[in-house]
Amino acid sequence: MRALVMAALAALASAQSALADIELRVIYLRQEIARPPVLSDLDPVPADEGTRGAELAIAELATTGGFLGHSYSLDFVEVPQGGDLSAAAAAALDDAPVILIEAPADAVAAVSALPGAAGAILFNVAAPDPWLRDAEGCRANLFHTIPAANMRADALMQYLTVRRWTDLALIEGPFPADAVWADALRASAEKFGLRLREDMAWDFDGDLGRTAQAEIPILTQGFAGHDVLLVADETGDFGRYVLFNTWEPRPVGGSEGIVPVAWAPVLENWGASQLQNRFADLAERDMRPVDYAAWAAVRAVGEAVTRTGSADPATLRDYMLSDTFALDGFKGRPLSFRPWDGQLRQPIPVVSPRAMLAMAPFDAFLHAGNELDTLGTDAGESTCTAFGG
Amino acid sequence: MRFLLAAALLAGPAGAGEIWVTNELDDTISVIDTDTLEVIRTIQTGQRPRGITFANDGSVVYVCASDSNTVQVIDPDSGEVLHNLPSGDDPEQFVLHPDNRHLYIANEDDAITTVVDVESRTVVAQIDVGIEPEGMAVSPDGRIAITTSETTNMAHWIDTESRTLFANTLVDSRPRHAEFARGGAELWVSAEIGGTVSVFDVETQAELAKLEFEITGIHPDRVQPVGFEFTADESTVFVALGPANHVAVVNAATYEVEDYILVGRRVWHMAFNEDGSQLFTTNGVSGDVTVIDVASREPLRSIPVGRFPWGAALRPEAD
Repeated sequence: MRALVMAALAALASAQSALADIELRVIYLRQEIARPPVLSDLDPVPADEGTRGAELAIAELATTGGFLGHSYSLDFVEVPQGGDLSAAAAAALDDAPVILIEAPADAVAAVSALPGAAGAILFNVAAPDPWLRDAEGCRANLFHTIPAANMRADALMQYLTVRRWTDLALIEGPFPADAVWADALRASAEKFGLRLREDMAWDFDGDLGRTAQAEIPILTQGFAGHDVLLVADETGDFGRYVLFNTWEPRPVGGSEGIVPVAWAPVLENWGASQLQNRFADLAERDMRPVDYAAWAAVRAVGEAVTRTGSADPATLRDYMLSDTFALDGFKGRPLSFRPWDGQLRQPIPVVSPRAMLAMAPFDAFLHAGNELDTLGTDAGESTCTAFGG
Repeated sequence: MRFLLAAALLAGPAGAGEIWVTNELDDTISVIDTDTLEVIRTIQTGQRPRGITFANDGSVVYVCASDSNTVQVIDPDSGEVLHNLPSGDDPEQFVLHPDNRHLYIANEDDAITTVVDVESRTVVAQIDVGIEPEGMAVSPDGRIAITTSETTNMAHWIDTESRTLFANTLVDSRPRHAEFARGGAELWVSAEIGGTVSVFDVETQAELAKLEFEITGIHPDRVQPVGFEFTADESTVFVALGPANHVAVVNAATYEVEDYILVGRRVWHMAFNEDGSQLFTTNGVSGDVTVIDVASREPLRSIPVGRFPWGAALRPEAD
C-alpha cells in the first residue's frame, strides 16, 4: 500500500509543472520517558506512537504538494531518558522551522523558551497539562494539537450531565498523569455543577489480576451514593479491574469505560474510517490519540502552506491563527486554533471500547461564538497573554 | 403470493416515476413512487451502497457497493444483480460518460479514479489522483471528467481522450461533489468542511465565484455543503448542507443564495422527479427522504427509508 501511494505521488508530481518551489522541513522530537510498571501487560504502548501519525500526514500533504510544487520532509529525533532535550531541540531548530514535541509538559515548556525557538512553530502533541496553555507555560510559538485535560474532562462532564448522572465518585492513581487528569475531572465537575461524592487515592498493592474480584467491591462498598465511578488511571494500571466489578452496579468512566478521547479506533463517521484505514495500512496498528495529535499538527501546518503558498513561519503562524483556517479533522466539524492560547479546538468523542457513545460538545451547551469552546479553557477564562490576549 | 404481488407492482401504471435511494448501512435500495410518495420496493445490494446512476436508456442501474469493492449492475425491473463490474477498491461515487459506456469511478481508499468499460466489463484505465477521491463529474461533451479528492482538497481535471490529468485546482477543505453547468462552461464543486461551493471557468480553470451559506441559529461549522443538483433549465441549484439539515436554493446566474429549506438530518444527495417539480433529498441520520416542492420551495413530506440513505437517482422512463 505504501509503495502504491509513493508511486501515485510521483505520477502526480510529474503531471504538474512546479508552480512555486516551496520546501518545508518538519522534525518530530521525542523525549523517551520511563513508563511506570502496570498490573497488566495486555496493551503495551507502541514504540512508534505519534511518529506514525506525522508520517501519514506528510504522505497526505505530498499529494497536494505534488500538484503545487510544495514538498515536505520529516525527520525523527529521539532523546533517551534523562537526555538533554533542549540541546537536541536547539540543533533541530537550526535545521527546521517546524518541530513536533512529544515530551512531558515541563520539557515542552523548556524547549519553547529556547532563544532559537522564538520564530519557530512548535506543536505540543502529547502533554495534556492545562498549565502549559495558561500564563505559566503558554508561548506565542507553541501550538497544542493534543487536547488539554480540561477539554477531555469537560466532554465527559457534558456527557454525564446530558445523561443526568449527576453524582460522582473518583479514584485517583498515584502517577503525575493521574493527578493532572483527576484535577481536570474535579474542576470540570464543579464547572458543570456535578457532585463529587467520593474522592479517594488508589493505594492498593498486590496483583489485582488475581484479586480484583475480591478487592474492588470491598473498596467501593463504602462509597457515598453515586451514579458513576470515575477512575483517573492514565497509565492503564488498575482501571481495567474496576470495570464491572464495583459493589453497586455503576458505570465507570474517566480513564476506563466511558472515556473522552482525541481519537479512538471506534470512530467511523465523518470520513474517519478513511483516516483509520490509511493509518492502519501505514502503521499496522490502530491510530491512538498522540498519533492523531501529530497527524493534526502536520496537516495544520501543511494547510497553511497550501493556502498561503509560503513556508515562512510567521506567515504560517498568522494563517493558522486566522478565522479562515479550517482543518478537516474527520470529527464532523472544521478544527481551528484558539487565538488566545494556541490550542486546537476540536470535538471530543466520548467512547466505550466498542463504540462511539457521543461526540462532544453536546447541543445543550451553547456558546456565543463556537460551541467547541465549551470544552476546555475559553477566551474569558484564559490567563495566557503570549498571543496578545 | 409474494412473487405475484411483486409482479403486480411491476406492471403498475405507466408513467409513475421512481426515485431510487441507496441505504448505506442497510445494504438496500428503497424505491419511491413519485406519485404516491411511498416506498414501493426494497432491493438488496452489496455492502455499503452509495453512488447510484442509471444507464441513459434506463436499461440497467449501476450501484457503488463500497465495502464489496464493486459496482453492481442491477436490472431495474427484477431488482436482480446482473453482474458486478471491476471497480477498483472502495468505489464511492461515479459518473457515466455521455457515451453510455464508460463509468468513471472514484476509489475512495486508493487515491485512484478507475475507468470501466461497462460493455466489455474491463478496467480500461486507472488514473492517480489525490487522497480520498469522492466527487465525479463529466462535461456534457464528454471531453473532461472531474474527480475531487477530499484529503488533497483538489479538483482533478481528466482529459477523457488521453485519460490523464491536465489540471488540478485547489478548493476548500473536503471537496465532495462536482457538477458541470452552463452547457459545460462552468464547474461547480462543494467543499464540506470549508463550507463553500466554488464555481470554476472550465476554459481557464480559474475560480469565478465562491458561495458561502449562512443560516440563522446554525453555527457555520455545521453548514457543510455536500450534494447539489441543478434544475433542468440550470437557473437554480439546490445544495444539501449536511448536518445543517437544510437545503440551500441558489440562483445559478447571480450565485446568490435565495432560500433555505428545512429537511431531515444530515442531508447528503438529491434527485428531481421527471418533470422537475419535486426534489427528493436523502437524510442520512434521520433515515428518511424529504420531498420538496420545487415551485414553492417548501418541504412536502418525509418518507422513511432504510438506515443512512445516501445516494438518489431518478429512474428514466422506459420508451
